Amino acid sequence: MPNLTYLAAIGVAQREAMEEDPRVVLMGEDVRSNLFGTAPNFVELFGLERVINTPISEAAFAGMGVGAAMTGLRPIVDMTYATFMYLAFDQLINQAAKNRYMFGGQADIPVVYRASMFYGSSTAAHHSDRPYPMLMNVPGLKIITPATPYDARGLMRTAIRTDDPVIVFEDATLWMRKQELPEDPYLIPLGQARVAREGSDATLVAIAGSVVHAEAAAEELSQEGISVEVIDPRTLVPLDRETILRSVAKTGRLVIADPANRTCSAASEIAALAAEEVFESLRSPIRRITTPDIQIPFSPAMEKPLYPNKARIVEALRASLGVGPRLTQAG
Amino acid sequence: MSKDLDLSSAPGSTEPVIPSAMLLEMYRRMLRIRRLDESVKRLVSRGELPGAAHTSIGQEGEVVGACMALEDSDYMTGTHRSHGHPIGKGAPLNALMAELLGKSTGVCKGKGGSMHLADFSRGSLGESGVVGSAIPVATGAALSAKTLGNGRVALCFFGDGASNQGVLYECLNMAAVWSLPIVYLCENNQYASVTAQREVTKELRISKRAPGFGVKGVTVEDGQDVWQVYEVVAEAVARARAGDGPTLVEVMTYRYSDHSEGLRHSGAYRPAEELQAWMDRDPLPIAAARLRSLGVGEAELEGMDEEVRTEVQAALRFAQDSPDPDPEDAFADLFAEPIAIPHRSSN
Repeated sequence: MPNLTYLAAIGVAQREAMEEDPRVVLMGEDVRSNLFGTAPNFVELFGLERVINTPISEAAFAGMGVGAAMTGLRPIVDMTYATFMYLAFDQLINQAAKNRYMFGGQADIPVVYRASMFYGSSTAAHHSDRPYPMLMNVPGLKIITPATPYDARGLMRTAIRTDDPVIVFEDATLWMRKQELPEDPYLIPLGQARVAREGSDATLVAIAGSVVHAEAAAEELSQEGISVEVIDPRTLVPLDRETILRSVAKTGRLVIADPANRTCSAASEIAALAAEEVFESLRSPIRRITTPDIQIPFSPAMEKPLYPNKARIVEALRASLGVGPRLTQAG
Repeated sequence: MSKDLDLSSAPGSTEPVIPSAMLLEMYRRMLRIRRLDESVKRLVSRGELPGAAHTSIGQEGEVVGACMALEDSDYMTGTHRSHGHPIGKGAPLNALMAELLGKSTGVCKGKGGSMHLADFSRGSLGESGVVGSAIPVATGAALSAKTLGNGRVALCFFGDGASNQGVLYECLNMAAVWSLPIVYLCENNQYASVTAQREVTKELRISKRAPGFGVKGVTVEDGQDVWQVYEVVAEAVARARAGDGPTLVEVMTYRYSDHSEGLRHSGAYRPAEELQAWMDRDPLPIAAARLRSLGVGEAELEGMDEEVRTEVQAALRFAQDSPDPDPEDAFADLFAEPIAIPHRSSN
């Protein structure tokens, strides 16, 4: 398929899944009108019964996704903005995550929740959160954070086929990025990291929207002969520990770029993992590049510098490697 | 809505309005709930039952009347006070009792316990220890029944306490706009834990809220009479199955025990005369009187009670004789497609 955006790739995955399996339904606010571009012509293709416009009742329709999944449907529930999920935390945490376990495995819960992390666009604190770490702390939920159109399509297909609750955190800073995609459908297994760039001097694990900045940082340092391995975990639960640990054991250095808030971030978990498992391989302290523990302000002047970017990642890698900045020619 | 008692026959007909076989089955299930919960009370008092236990004693009429209005394949969700709901839906006692004792043979393999009984083989989709939290789950089951066109109906139990949770109203709206096959059943026992409904609620008639959502609302004033509850819920189930959407049925009832067994609280929150008046309307003798009026003899009634006592005793013995779960079993059942759980032991 010719260059498709991240959003269009999700649309393709949803269409493929709904064509393949009549039990898949899409529900959420404004889905019939294809507001965000991930459900083009869906009403025409699949009918009103399978493309369900909900009222603004996040708690109720998130829980309905659980009940419907326990009784034969495979709902995709579009929560739109990730912050709107907070209204539904009781249903996500007390029902979606716990019911299979609490009832001794009597029913599977094949439901997918989609949540956009709409940060970096001056939408201020009520729309800009990156809250996947909160839910990584809830056993019973699988969590994916695709960073490319290719991964968005393949991971989304797997999520819809999975017989467990999966939360898809979609990074809105990537929405318009394009990539050529295969004509034929494909699946990407959960729990399999992508080595975005091979390297030998340092391991750079990057999550969601940070991946593009990590790749740019690695590219910049490669001009100086520094070889950085960039790993995108792609799924945070389950986490591909082996790929990360093998890389850190090889390079001896670890920097993690994560757009979430710093405390108990995904970066924190990955740092702890490396410290526990491959401490003796580490040649310098682990460094986390995250969003500081502050709410997101409206003004671009204040907002933009908060997130991981190429400059901050390069700086952390230099510190990890003990390499100073290359002197630029003074003008 | 209070219906006049019509114990035996319809006007101009010699056919009994109440099929005695059905009422006998209702009575049997009510007895099962009563005797099982009496057994639970004894276990708690001896310290032999782990965790909290909320008994259904006093509410057996509405529990069974509502459940018996369903087909076996229909769905049902319960509450934290839900030992009775799966029994009303016909679930066998052994696995329920074993679950209450946390045994490996429990219906949830010892992972749910008193507040989370579920028997999916009987359409019992589970109970929620978080008040009101199962209401969306039941509504989702109704959505799937409608989308899949399988003709099933969902029955959603909740209490007067949950009637002040917002999700109820979110769900009433969606069930109404989509004409979902669901019956919302409010067991109004007038107390949430130790707080009286009247202390925290202005409009006490929960059913009056339904019309504001385009939903039919009805109150069964005598929720102690299994048959009155059955008739009203059966009508609501028929409407749901016919595609005519949800009904909110409120049944007035009372729990005879405290909120939970052994709950320590200061002072009497319920007047003694109020409790006595409701004890005088015990659902079991009311059902027995109906059966007598249908010609069922005393010996049969007593025989059934004896059978149920034996059945509950056997369930208790089964539970007590069952092995505890292996501690390693704590790591099973989280996912249908399991993932590695690092550091399973405490290292």
